[in-house]
Amino acid sequence: MLLEVRDLHVEFRTREGVAHAVNGVGYAVDAGETLAVLGESGSGKSVTAQAVMGILDTPPGRVTGGQVLFRGRDLLTLPEEERRRIRGAAIAMIFQDALSALNPVMTVGDQLAEMFTVHRGLSRRAARAKAVELMERVRIPAAAQRVRDFPHQFSGGMRQRIMIAMALALEPDLIIADEPTTALDVTVQAQVMDLLADLRREYGMGLILITHDLGVVADVADRIAVMYAGRIVEQAPVHELYKRPAHPYTRGLLDSVPRLDRKGRDLYAIKGLPPSLLRIPPGCAFHPRCPMARDVCRTDVPPLYEVSPTRGSACHFWRECLDGSAGA
Amino acid sequence: MPEPSLPQPQEPERAIAGTGTGAGMDLAAAEAATVGSGETGRPAGRPRSLWSDAWHDLRRNPVFVLSALVICFLVVIALWPSLIAPGNPLHCDLARAQDGPSPGHPFGYDGQGCDVYTRTVHGARASVTVGVCATAGVAVLGSVLGGLAGYVGGFWDALLSRITDVFFAVPVVLGGLVLLSVVTSSTVWPVVGFLVLLGWPQISRIARGAVVTAKQHDYVQAARALGASGPRILLRHIAPNAVAPVIVVATIALGTFIALEATLSYLGVGLKPPSVSWGIQISAASPYVRNAPHALLWPAGALAVTVLAFIMLGDAVRDALDPKLR
Amino acid sequence: MGRYVVRRLLQMIPVFAGATALLFVMVNVMGDPVAGLCGERACDTATAAQLKREFGLDQPLWRQYATYMGNVFTGDFGTAFNGRPVIELMASAFPVTVRLTLVAVVFEIVVGVTLGVVTGLRRGRPVDTAVLLATLVVISVPTFVTGLLLQLLLGVRWGWIRPSVPPQATFDQLILPGLVLASVSLAYVTRLTRTSLAENRRADYVRTAVAKGLPRRRVVVRHLLRNSLIPVVTFIGTDVGALMGGAIVTERIFNIHGVGYQLYQGILRQNTQTVVGFVTVLVLVFLIANLLVDLLYAVLDPRIRYA
Repeated sequence: MLLEVRDLHVEFRTREGVAHAVNGVGYAVDAGETLAVLGESGSGKSVTAQAVMGILDTPPGRVTGGQVLFRGRDLLTLPEEERRRIRGAAIAMIFQDALSALNPVMTVGDQLAEMFTVHRGLSRRAARAKAVELMERVRIPAAAQRVRDFPHQFSGGMRQRIMIAMALALEPDLIIADEPTTALDVTVQAQVMDLLADLRREYGMGLILITHDLGVVADVADRIAVMYAGRIVEQAPVHELYKRPAHPYTRGLLDSVPRLDRKGRDLYAIKGLPPSLLRIPPGCAFHPRCPMARDVCRTDVPPLYEVSPTRGSACHFWRECLDGSAGA
Repeated sequence: MPEPSLPQPQEPERAIAGTGTGAGMDLAAAEAATVGSGETGRPAGRPRSLWSDAWHDLRRNPVFVLSALVICFLVVIALWPSLIAPGNPLHCDLARAQDGPSPGHPFGYDGQGCDVYTRTVHGARASVTVGVCATAGVAVLGSVLGGLAGYVGGFWDALLSRITDVFFAVPVVLGGLVLLSVVTSSTVWPVVGFLVLLGWPQISRIARGAVVTAKQHDYVQAARALGASGPRILLRHIAPNAVAPVIVVATIALGTFIALEATLSYLGVGLKPPSVSWGIQISAASPYVRNAPHALLWPAGALAVTVLAFIMLGDAVRDALDPKLR
Repeated sequence: MGRYVVRRLLQMIPVFAGATALLFVMVNVMGDPVAGLCGERACDTATAAQLKREFGLDQPLWRQYATYMGNVFTGDFGTAFNGRPVIELMASAFPVTVRLTLVAVVFEIVVGVTLGVVTGLRRGRPVDTAVLLATLVVISVPTFVTGLLLQLLLGVRWGWIRPSVPPQATFDQLILPGLVLASVSLAYVTRLTRTSLAENRRADYVRTAVAKGLPRRRVVVRHLLRNSLIPVVTFIGTDVGALMGGAIVTERIFNIHGVGYQLYQGILRQNTQTVVGFVTVLVLVFLIANLLVDLLYAVLDPRIRYA
């Protein structure tokens, strides 16, 4: 396994109390595999990724338990200097808003070249040449001239390509892309997503794709992990999950997406709002919004039941849900 | 390749006035300018929560409580100095000049043989009066002019911006020396008038900025689309956004006005004897500071504590009103 | 960039004209311009009238202003109270004040920025709280009080320095006055640096820099400081003009024969030529400092440069 997250817990100490952002998340990605982590904002999907990268804002954030095994080594117990060497070189990250994620007062060339001078000890000149090469790789026109430009001089799509180039720079084993296309125009979204998928194939990397967009997931991902209130509620190969969700939350999500084959029917909406991380409901966190909730859901936290060797669902009544989905 | 979502190129913060003390006012302004924009992150329909949140924070903030207590005390002795200092501040006995503390005269005597304690207590009135009146004048004049300019825009806005630039280019202490050196009145009003004259552009800039920001908010656009009248939009939707930054800057400005009054009095152009003020006391005590440092230290301490109280109050209020800094 | 410079230069002209006109009016309307010309006594009516004619003071104010500004641009600032040309006074006074301002600016940069960086990186620690408290106290105590107290302690009580600065006013003699002049701004530089750093610390691009696996030192210096110091540099730049104008108090305390001293003498003797001349130059310095800061800003922040 390339990366395996086991029972990760992260909390934030805020003025209002302790926010339990991640409560025992576990997932795994293999080399060459794309895992999509799906969830609403506040579901803990980004925080998990930040904990894996080791870029959590501490304080207020704190990892309170669990393991992050990268090639079998627990990153959480590594000394900071060793973690730093892994960051960017072996695990790289792509952020949502490239305009704010890129340094506004450094040329994109310098920001790309920095990867090579710091991690590989290249000369400035060689690093600059590498930067141009990278920009060409992510298909930025006139790369040789544009290396001297600043981030704000690029369009949104081009900026996100530069973020991708930066992540690819040292040919990492794993890329974590946190909502890489959310800030972009719809037309540009597809281009950037395709580019990312192509490059992933080309380099044979593992990819964790964090998103709230079901549409993006279907085309690119191999497997999906659905998160809710800091827990994984369902994990499955992408097509199985789309066809037959085994958790009422997943089903709610799928039913709330307009689909051509269900034209004319009312769209479903999950009732209520996601819970506050300061006061996560007891039992199954989803029970106040769940159409299938029963007494046991209010008291017992459901474990991740094994639905099949490749699937899991954190619903006491996953079987019922699975059967119900088949009929729908 | 032009990018539609480019951040507006900001005018560099040039709002720095002429003196050591004056510069403070403007930096406070620059910091407070973020108050208005910080508020934009909140849901538009709940302006009250900002204030109740702020009040909730302030009550638990020891800095706020302490400075508020100091200020209350100051206001009381400014109104009724005889409560704690029944003596006559103008009664002096040259025979006791520069004497140290004695029973009934805890702070000793100054160069003219006046009781330092009585004069220090009575000096609060001048400082508080100047501070409060100048701040009130500046706040009213500045927010009206700045608010209107920001709301109307166009020519009047540009004109006001240039006028404020002109005022910012005049060093405050120098302006005071020039303008006040010919005034013979020994009341506080010339000083108040001068501080208002040179102080309003600062508030007007803040108010203008807040109004311009608020004008672009969706809910203001919506109110306009729904046919609300100009004055109604200005008062109901835009003004509340400008109030927070103006209050913060005005509180801090109050402290700096008090400091400025003392500075001008020290230079001999602010309040003039027989007025009783800390600046005059310090100025009078400075030539013989070797022999009678107490005559300088007590009024200087009172001045410092007063200015500190107002600046800390403003600081605390800003922290409470600016959700971004939390 | 070139167009930006030209635009800023053009904007400067009305501000300069406005500010000097404002002061000109203040001096002339408020004071009696011939009052200082007959020595200690007041002039008799006939002499006053003759003097007024001689100096063109019977002309309308706007013409006086125009004539004055015309003269200024040929280097003629008029005559001071002691019969010497004002420009001579300037030649002796400005170098002193410039030295004083330089000392103050060095303090702001070295002490202010350092303290700001230290506290900004250690927000909430004891160092931070202590420095923050100290800056508040420094800001609250007016400069003249700070100056008098330091003079009393260092100059009179402990005898570390001479309480008053000799006329030649070399750099080493100006260290304490420079610190006093800088004190309030220094506190602001500290606070501004701290705030700016603290704000940028949570910025996305800093997180990116960490995620890139850069060493902490490089993240702080190349990414965090480079961005955070932009407002600080501009503040210090603008402060240069403000410090020269504010030097009057410091110069009075330490008896430094600089711009403030000459101005003060000019005001005491009601010599309008001296006052207007010096203030005009100070306004010009202030505006040029601002212009340079704007240009510096454009150099430091490419978002402005290419806007």
